[in-house]
Amino acid sequence: MAEVLVLVDHANGEVKKPAAEMLTLARRLGEPSAVFIGPGAETAKDLLARYGAEKIYSVSDPAALESLVAPQAEVLAQLVQEKQPAAVLIPSNSGGKEIGARLAVKTESGLITDAEDVQAGDSGPVTLQSVFAGSYTVNAKVTKGTPIICVKPNSATPEQAAGAGAFEELSVSISDEAKAARITASEPRKSSGRPELAEAAIVVSGGRGTGGDFSPVESFADSLGAAVGASRAAVDAGWYPHSSQVGQTGKQVSPQLYVAAGISGAIQHRAGMQTSKTIVAINKDEEAPIFELVDFGVVGDLFQVLPQATEAVKGK
Amino acid sequence: MNIVVCVKHVPDAQSERGFNEDNTTDRDGVDGLLSELDEYAVEQALQIAEAGEGEVTVLTVGPADAADAVKKSLQMGADKGVHVSDEAIAGSDAPATSLILAEAIKKVGSPDLVITGMASTDGTMGVVPAMLAERLGLPQVTYASELTVEDGVATIRRDGDTASETIQASLPALVSVTDQINEPRYPSFKGIMAAKKKPVEEWALADLGVDAGQVGLANAWTAVEQTTKRPPREQGTIVTDEGDGGTKLAEFLTTHKFV
Ligand SMILES: Cc1cc2nc3c(=O)[nH]c(=O)nc-3n(C[C@H](O)[C@H](O)[C@H](O)COP(=O)(O)OP(=O)(O)OC[C@H]3O[C@@H](n4cnc5c(N)ncnc54)[C@H](O)[C@@H]3O)c2cc1C
Ligand SMILES: Cc1cc2nc3c(=O)[nH]c(=O)nc-3n(C[C@H](O)[C@H](O)[C@H](O)COP(=O)(O)OP(=O)(O)OC[C@H]3O[C@@H](n4cnc5c(N)ncnc54)[C@H](O)[C@@H]3O)c2cc1C
Repeated sequence: MAEVLVLVDHANGEVKKPAAEMLTLARRLGEPSAVFIGPGAETAKDLLARYGAEKIYSVSDPAALESLVAPQAEVLAQLVQEKQPAAVLIPSNSGGKEIGARLAVKTESGLITDAEDVQAGDSGPVTLQSVFAGSYTVNAKVTKGTPIICVKPNSATPEQAAGAGAFEELSVSISDEAKAARITASEPRKSSGRPELAEAAIVVSGGRGTGGDFSPVESFADSLGAAVGASRAAVDAGWYPHSSQVGQTGKQVSPQLYVAAGISGAIQHRAGMQTSKTIVAINKDEEAPIFELVDFGVVGDLFQVLPQATEAVKGK
Repeated sequence: MNIVVCVKHVPDAQSERGFNEDNTTDRDGVDGLLSELDEYAVEQALQIAEAGEGEVTVLTVGPADAADAVKKSLQMGADKGVHVSDEAIAGSDAPATSLILAEAIKKVGSPDLVITGMASTDGTMGVVPAMLAERLGLPQVTYASELTVEDGVATIRRDGDTASETIQASLPALVSVTDQINEPRYPSFKGIMAAKKKPVEEWALADLGVDAGQVGLANAWTAVEQTTKRPPREQGTIVTDEGDGGTKLAEFLTTHKFV
């Protein structure tokens, strides 16, 4: 069976959930090989094997991460040339899509981004995407080169399956050209301790209707173990960091449950949450377009409704 | 300082968008406009040009009506436009689009900066900037929420998930910008009048030396096999808060096993 390369998303060796999801999907297409770029592969090894990685290719040279995405694309291109994999799966976040983009050009291969499912087909993998703000679903496939598929978080339920986890340290030469853009300073953001927005099973978001007071939104999120999101209006007002923005120009989320509090439901916001399995909204205005999407809606003041719901949830 | 800005003409996101029988985007049924996110790219180029000396060229690849995206950019203040159009381009995928853009940028000259939006509002892949950087051999500094150009170096700020980063690259470079970077201006009456006199080049594939066999639907490296309109979400239960809205919400969540 042909190898399927899976680029592992991690933060200093701590493997993120989408990696296990993608290894699970990769098993449908062939033999999963994890590609781990950056320091920490030794720590990640066991987990990757547990989710089915037959091989683990590790590139520990920190230079591969210092210069944005170009070196990572070079590493993958080298592997694609050597291993002729059946497919390459990459996390569909902004960096991952750019790695896929450069890899596609380098290897003359077709690229599909934002895949929500990947199935084996007669002539290679078939993907499912949601397009036009979630109003259409599309099945697509790659017709040239090695299928390069960027997969969204929450696209599969991770299933364990013991893989051999054969460890191989790769030596790669990274071109000077790939190092041309450099990260010269980095200011870490304080962690909220909540789940990561793009990967969370439940997201509670606040909008302009919070008037800048996110405490009811945060308390409710914490009662459910949820991530906190925000509309662009709330982000632009400086109430919440940009990295929490849900929508076309923020995060595209697809959780089991999405709660919108004080958010009107503009098309650009809907583009980022419309594929959520269950949608709930709290809004003072019964005409708010967000209500068109909801499974459950409360017409009311979020400052009344959320604290009461939080208490009720905590009491269960 | 010569700046090329890539601008895409897209179906209006506010209207019902859909597909043709061959699974290409239906452009006839809906109004097209300059992709909103590319307005930020145009604005950024104008600000840089206005602060020093520079010329801003806007470039679009698309059918006849894509000329509107160029026109709007010229009305905002760009100096000249390039519209690449050819029957053979219809249905191109991202690698082919980036190939045409790259060849057009080479023909424009050797710009110091190529600026793009972070993503289009129709395909929304966000991959063309990286593909262009790869094809042109330029350093890529993408998702800029701030951009300064000084002494031949482009510096951007990028607000990521875990950190706010500063990224630098020597010119020439490719920069993509987010909607955090500025407030795009509206064309003024003067701008609208001035735009009428600004030069717009119209190029076909042959002018770029791109073979028709490298682009278009039939030569795409990906194929859409099926498109399905998602049934509109059925509206669920809506309750009005009469002092028990929170309790009802909690009950809904319990019934659906979120609690
Ligand atoms: C190019 C572009 C990209 C964009 N990208 C995004 C994006 O990624 N994400 C995004 O969110 N937006 C995006 N937008 C902005 C979008 O168009 C809307 O402006 C934005 O989503 C509105 O945010 P909001 O719903 O919080 O605010 P509003 O539309 O002002 O809605 C506030 C809502 O709160 C309700 N409300 C007020 N007080 C209360 C209360 N006490 N209790 C309950 N309800 C209350 C009101 O009834 C109202 O419905 C983008 C816009 C553009 C042009
Ligand atoms: C619903 C849908 C799904 C698609 N899925 C795929 C897919 O999976 N794989 C694939 O290869 N193609 C796909 N395409 C085709 C692809 O979107 C187009 O080829 C497109 O021109 C490039 O991608 P983008 O629009 O996503 O641009 P992005 O990469 O999102 O655009 C980023 C920036 O690049 C510049 N730019 C992009 N296109 C142009 C242009 N024509 N003229 C000038 N500047 C431009 C703009 O500055 C823009 O802000 C899809 C198209 C649609 C409509």
